[in-house]
Amino acid sequence: MNKKSVVFAAVLSVTALIGLVLAVSVGAKTIPLKTVFDSIFHYEEVLDMQLVRDGRLPRAICTALVGGFLGITGAMMQGVTRNPIAEPSIMGISQGATLAVAILSASQTLYGLLGNSLAALLGAFISGMFVLLFSMQNAANMNISRLVLAGTALSTFFISLASMIAILTNKSQNLAFWVTGGFRTANWNSVWLALIVGGTCCILALTLSKRINVVNLGEDVAIGLGENPVRVRTYTLLLIIPICAVCVSIAGNIAFVGLIVPHIVRKLIGSDYRYILPLSFLLGADLLIWADIAARMVNQPYETPIGLFTSILGVPFFLYLVRKERG
Amino acid sequence: MKKKYIFIFSCLCVLLLLAFLFGLSMGSYSIGPSEILSTLFGNGSKMQNIAIFNIRLPRICVAIAVGFALSCSGSILQTITKNDLAEPGIIGINAGAAFAVVVLISYGGANYYSVLGNLALFLMPFVAITGALLAAFLIYGLSYRRGISPVRLILVGIGVNAGVNAFVTLYQLNMSKGDYNQALTWISGSLWGSSWKYFYLIAPIVLVFFGLTLYKNRILDVMDLGDEIATGLGVNVEKEQSWLLFYAVVLAAVATAVAGNIAFLGLLGPHIAKQLVGPVHRRKIPIAGLISAIIIVVADTVSKNLFSPLEIPVGITISILGVPYFIYLMMRTKQ
Repeated sequence: MNKKSVVFAAVLSVTALIGLVLAVSVGAKTIPLKTVFDSIFHYEEVLDMQLVRDGRLPRAICTALVGGFLGITGAMMQGVTRNPIAEPSIMGISQGATLAVAILSASQTLYGLLGNSLAALLGAFISGMFVLLFSMQNAANMNISRLVLAGTALSTFFISLASMIAILTNKSQNLAFWVTGGFRTANWNSVWLALIVGGTCCILALTLSKRINVVNLGEDVAIGLGENPVRVRTYTLLLIIPICAVCVSIAGNIAFVGLIVPHIVRKLIGSDYRYILPLSFLLGADLLIWADIAARMVNQPYETPIGLFTSILGVPFFLYLVRKERG
Repeated sequence: MKKKYIFIFSCLCVLLLLAFLFGLSMGSYSIGPSEILSTLFGNGSKMQNIAIFNIRLPRICVAIAVGFALSCSGSILQTITKNDLAEPGIIGINAGAAFAVVVLISYGGANYYSVLGNLALFLMPFVAITGALLAAFLIYGLSYRRGISPVRLILVGIGVNAGVNAFVTLYQLNMSKGDYNQALTWISGSLWGSSWKYFYLIAPIVLVFFGLTLYKNRILDVMDLGDEIATGLGVNVEKEQSWLLFYAVVLAAVATAVAGNIAFLGLLGPHIAKQLVGPVHRRKIPIAGLISAIIIVVADTVSKNLFSPLEIPVGITISILGVPYFIYLMMRTKQ
């Protein structure tokens, strides 16, 4: 590992840790740092400590994990498609998961975290298949405009169906939550879910990173080097789908994180995906931890949807990327 | 060609008439076709009169105006961006108008625009046009880099769309729960609460700009051939492009002002029209208008009645219809 990545990783980890501590201590009620540490190491049944243990701590861990997952999926997608704009929420995978959650939440008996995640998984799987079929046909499909247009169309479709269901079942505000995203409902169950499913997929993704490097050199070069690009792409997408599903089931649809993060990482440390993937995880985690602090602090005691912050950061970035591309 | 055109034109007129009657008769209080006719000629009961003249007729008229406006706007955008997939809803022009109107509604201090004062109502199309123009300038400016590339224009438009929608959401959060839901419905595109006032407000604008666009039909035809040829044939491409873009923006804005953000309607009409009568704008634009009007009238009637008494925003119904067609178009243009 080169020096730059080590420094970068260290900086990111430190800021993430500071962010985590801060995220636990600030909020509608400020909790002193000492209580925060006590509630982890010397837990007592006091209101503040309960707040930390059951409310803020799992939430902070969830933001970190989901941010990391979003960063790493963005990096994986951009790596195998060689498309700078590839990202799960732009390509419609997250919205498919949102639709599945909407369908499921219409039925009272199935509602609950486990139900949500399974529905999100199914939805992400189906919409992921769409993207897979669409982008696998040939390399020409990979140009930016087609990908974005197809993604926009699919997203609109899924969100339209989801809104229809929400209106019919009188759940439009719940849906608005899924559409803009947020961590209000995060609890320890979500942490375990994220760790088990997402963590496994991320580790598998890291083992793929060498092959992603090869595919990233281009179709012909990859074949010349004895790698089957289609296979690597399929594996990657199969890993991305459960990760996305976990993210949506915990936090709704948070856009643009997977777009911004890998670009910044690539600018800083070059194009070796063995380092880009873990660093994207760290940077994504950092981004969401701080964005969530902002989301809770800007208009307190109310919460601003975190997806708005990432969109406001992400849109200018998207425009910049589009302008850079030769039309 | 001429005969075929007249045939298709009259077929579509008949279809629109059928859609019109269908829309008038369906509802929580259904009225038979013969009763509709007698009511229209002034022999209806009080209840029929109210249902038709105060509720259904204005709504259908507004729908038809919106259909014509959006399809005309879509035709222009598809020609000047040279991209078959351009459409005011996708590239953020509608969103700009919607944002301006949401701001106006909440500053008007009213709950929703059914109780909006006459002044605010009168201002609405102009505010919408301003918002849409700002969005268009933003899109045009951001995609300008040694000339406008059609692909870049659309991508920038999608980005601007996402950005503007984020601001709309931010703004909505400051509304009360009821307003929030209604604003949400309206943003998805809905004709709920349309009255004659809206029709009188937008019909003249739509008529004028539809006429202007038709007047420019030859220039649009020439532009289809490419910028070089158009310049060679004596068209001042940049100037005409900006004027036509202006028409497209105004048409999209007035439609959005009364009906919210209806996406894909400006795509469906022109494409079906192109397949029916070919790419010549003189024939394509009126046919496209008729088709979009039929689609929106039918879609509105369906979304009003399918889950009655609940009503789905018509924009959602049209998106659900429009997206598969859009994807089909994309798959087909690949070769």
